[in-house]
Amino acid sequence: MILGVDTSLGSAVGLIGRDGRTLAEVAQAGHLGHAEAIGALLEQVLAAVPAEASAGSRSSSPSGSAGEAAGRGAEELTHVAAGMGPGPFTGLRIGIAAARAFALGRGVPVVAVPSHHAAALAVIEGEHPPQHPFAILTDARRRETAVTVYEGIDVDGIPHVVVDTVLVPQADVDRKLGALRRFEVTEISGAAIARVARRAVAAGRTLTGSEPLYLRPPDARVPAAPKKVGP
Amino acid sequence: MTEPLVLGIETSCDETGIGIVRGRTLLSNTIASSMDEHARYGGVVPEVAARAHLEALQPAIERALAEARVRLQDLDAVAVTSGPGLAGALMVGIGAAKGLAVSLGTPLYAVNHLVGHIAADILTPDSVPLEYPTIALLVSGGHTSLLHVRDLTTDVELLGETVDDAAGEAFDKVARILGLPYPGGPEIDRAAAGGDPDAIRFPRGLSRASDLEKHRYDFSFSGLKTAVARWIEREEAAGNPIPVADVAASFREAVVDVLVTKALAACADRGVPRLLLGGGVIANRRLREVALARAAEAGVTVRIPPLSLCTDNGAMIAGLAAELIASGRRPSTLAFGADSTLPVTEIQVAERDGAGGETEVG
Ligand SMILES: [Zn+2]
Repeated sequence: MILGVDTSLGSAVGLIGRDGRTLAEVAQAGHLGHAEAIGALLEQVLAAVPAEASAGSRSSSPSGSAGEAAGRGAEELTHVAAGMGPGPFTGLRIGIAAARAFALGRGVPVVAVPSHHAAALAVIEGEHPPQHPFAILTDARRRETAVTVYEGIDVDGIPHVVVDTVLVPQADVDRKLGALRRFEVTEISGAAIARVARRAVAAGRTLTGSEPLYLRPPDARVPAAPKKVGP
Repeated sequence: MTEPLVLGIETSCDETGIGIVRGRTLLSNTIASSMDEHARYGGVVPEVAARAHLEALQPAIERALAEARVRLQDLDAVAVTSGPGLAGALMVGIGAAKGLAVSLGTPLYAVNHLVGHIAADILTPDSVPLEYPTIALLVSGGHTSLLHVRDLTTDVELLGETVDDAAGEAFDKVARILGLPYPGGPEIDRAAAGGDPDAIRFPRGLSRASDLEKHRYDFSFSGLKTAVARWIEREEAAGNPIPVADVAASFREAVVDVLVTKALAACADRGVPRLLLGGGVIANRRLREVALARAAEAGVTVRIPPLSLCTDNGAMIAGLAAELIASGRRPSTLAFGADSTLPVTEIQVAERDGAGGETEVG
């Protein structure tokens, strides 16, 4: 099993089995409240899977709920996948921090997944997958849009990046993307994050580094000389 | 139960603190600081701090476990700072704490950072337990607060706090005026060596009779900073060389004087002959000297935890949670968030309801 966590837009947690099937998925929409939501979302997803697999080394869980859902064959959690953005930084970090700590608690590795990859995979696996390159668009705040251009999947089954993620001023999106088909995304699926991670693990590939896809330096100015305060 | 083994996570400012305690016994106090990254900006930059927390957390947890010689599976509870502090920085710790607690199936305690500073005192080995009530003066780059502590886990009252800059911020800003690097505290100290603390009479904020009515226990350091800047400008305009040691010593004296005066006034007013000092600015030797000397004159006992427990750290957060557990408090729900202005009266955040769904700790 792979647990997928993403807070680049809303808050999303999903769990997939060894075969890639979604075992459980929960989400909370909206770009606020990630810190409040993340714990309960993790707990809800765990509650939906077999006890042997979800309860780790503990015999009881905080709510007692995770232990009650026994039934399906035991399957071990093998990885935790973290959506690395792009997305508003404050929220984005919460999911990554939670994913890393969760993985630490279970002694399993973290797989870093660009969040747009999950959106692209969902598009590709949808009913009418585009036959040509297409763009995933997410709101990057400050009147900018984060854009990644994909075309199908590569030999490992991972969405193939044609143009790496860039920030485009909202006013320039039409001109820059032209006739390219666009998918404006407002939520990322935790299970899709996990599915991309599953393929990356199978192929032995690293999709992105350990630093979130911030795309912007921190807001900070090196101060000038002290101002005059006298009359 | 035996004494609870608790891991505490503290990310309210620029220190990523992971602490592990067993009851009142300190097992690890691991700190990763992003202070150097803030130096060029002359102060803590919230986004820089939050980025650093995310990178530092996992290695810090691993280091703390190794030092404490315990496994995550041995933990009875996880604790985390819910506030007050920088919201974006707090949220990184909260995300990690929730991920860890759910992963391990352990209870989670969300606690107050300022009350954590008081709890640091009980982790001090070979010392008699903290006596209540006590007045507590907490001074750092992020806060300057005067508290009346009647009980660590149930009854903490805010007497006063800074109305503008924290004392540590004032040190940083005056250091900049004097052309000294960040952080300002140790730099001002160094510059003040050999200086005359009475050379220049800088103002004591909120200390006039008219201010004391409304702000008896409040602090203000913004006017002091401006007074220093103005004094230097005037001297420079007059073509005089700036006596940096005297300026630094006199500025520091003004800060120390007002901190100690108000803290001892609170002791006298409340009839509490005990004063606990906490926060990173306690590293300032002059502050400790003046506090000890004037408290002795006033018949007030002063307690100062080791400096490693005075600066922001995770051990104090774990220690406070261990006290909450020992006093029978239920864990927090998973629903809390960061509260950048959490009042000291909220010692624990989001305690679970007593009716159903609760967990025995340990
Ligand atoms: Zn502090």
